[in-house]
Amino acid sequence: MKPKFDPALPIYTQIMEWFKRLILSGKLSPGEKVPPVRELALQLGVNPNTLQRAMSELEREGLLYTERTAGRFVTEDSALIASLREELIRQVVGGFLEEVRALGYEPAEAERLIKKYGGETE
Amino acid sequence: MSEVLLEIKNVTKRYGKQVALQNVSFDVAPGRIVGLLGPNGSGKTTLIKIINNLLADYEGEVYLCGHAPGVETKKLVSYLPDKMALPTWLAVTEALNLYANFFADFDRARAENLLHSLKVPPGKKIGELSKGMQEKLMLTLTMARRAKLYVLDEPIAGVDPAARDLIISTIIDNFADGSSLLISTHIISDVEAVFDDVIFLKEGAVDLQGEAEALRSQHGKSIDQLFREVYRC
Repeated sequence: MKPKFDPALPIYTQIMEWFKRLILSGKLSPGEKVPPVRELALQLGVNPNTLQRAMSELEREGLLYTERTAGRFVTEDSALIASLREELIRQVVGGFLEEVRALGYEPAEAERLIKKYGGETE
Repeated sequence: MSEVLLEIKNVTKRYGKQVALQNVSFDVAPGRIVGLLGPNGSGKTTLIKIINNLLADYEGEVYLCGHAPGVETKKLVSYLPDKMALPTWLAVTEALNLYANFFADFDRARAENLLHSLKVPPGKKIGELSKGMQEKLMLTLTMARRAKLYVLDEPIAGVDPAARDLIISTIIDNFADGSSLLISTHIISDVEAVFDDVIFLKEGAVDLQGEAEALRSQHGKSIDQLFREVYRC
């Protein structure tokens, strides 16, 4: 579960992206407790301040919240999670279609291509 | 009280005619991990020796929590030298005794845990340990102190790449809350994610300094790539 970061980009944004996906994909459940900053920093091999920054940003975006004594938790706002998940898949599909188009296929052919090759992954 | 843990102001150091450090200035704030980067001979060890009161004859000012380097600051700084500084006939447990006697902030239980997790055999003499094991022992002794500032001179140079992750996580896991780390290294790629701030020393002068994340977004490059550019021959 250790992601590989691109050191040419700010690391905190990549941690945010990684963590966001854990929440949106349901690998972290709504209301689940998040491990302490130092523990996560250790696991990822990154600076604890960098990790803290990523967590604070995710709090600002409403995906995490802190309870003073108990620690940090994933939001229980499942409507927020659902809408962000929808937004993410929209971007993923958009990116895919862009590549399809770049290779000279019509977007309308995408469905046929998915049916033909979709079984090959996983 | 002060927001600065370590203050380096216009420090210049000459060895005869040769200039080892040239007007070097930077601050280290509490809770930061600072990378002091540069190839061999760029002045990293000279600066670290000044911070640790091992070189006195310099121009400029150095303050640790407001004190110039001296007897008082030895209590604040935990220092990992670039060479084995203990006698080789000493056994590992004796080295722990020595540190426990010498430093009031030495946490023996922590040191023993660390030795165990780094698999350093406690019964052996230092001279019987491999170079990598000796470095792990020195790192243990350094990180088991509850210091204000940890100064690590090339902590990963002598260990194989596979052990670097372990060394790095040991460092992250063990520095005291609110304390800072100054880590010198010429190997960047494995450790750059650990730095808050970086200082590039080139021929004794500061060539580039800043927050690691800010430098990444400003240049669209990793610290390692920037390092290679600054030191390209």
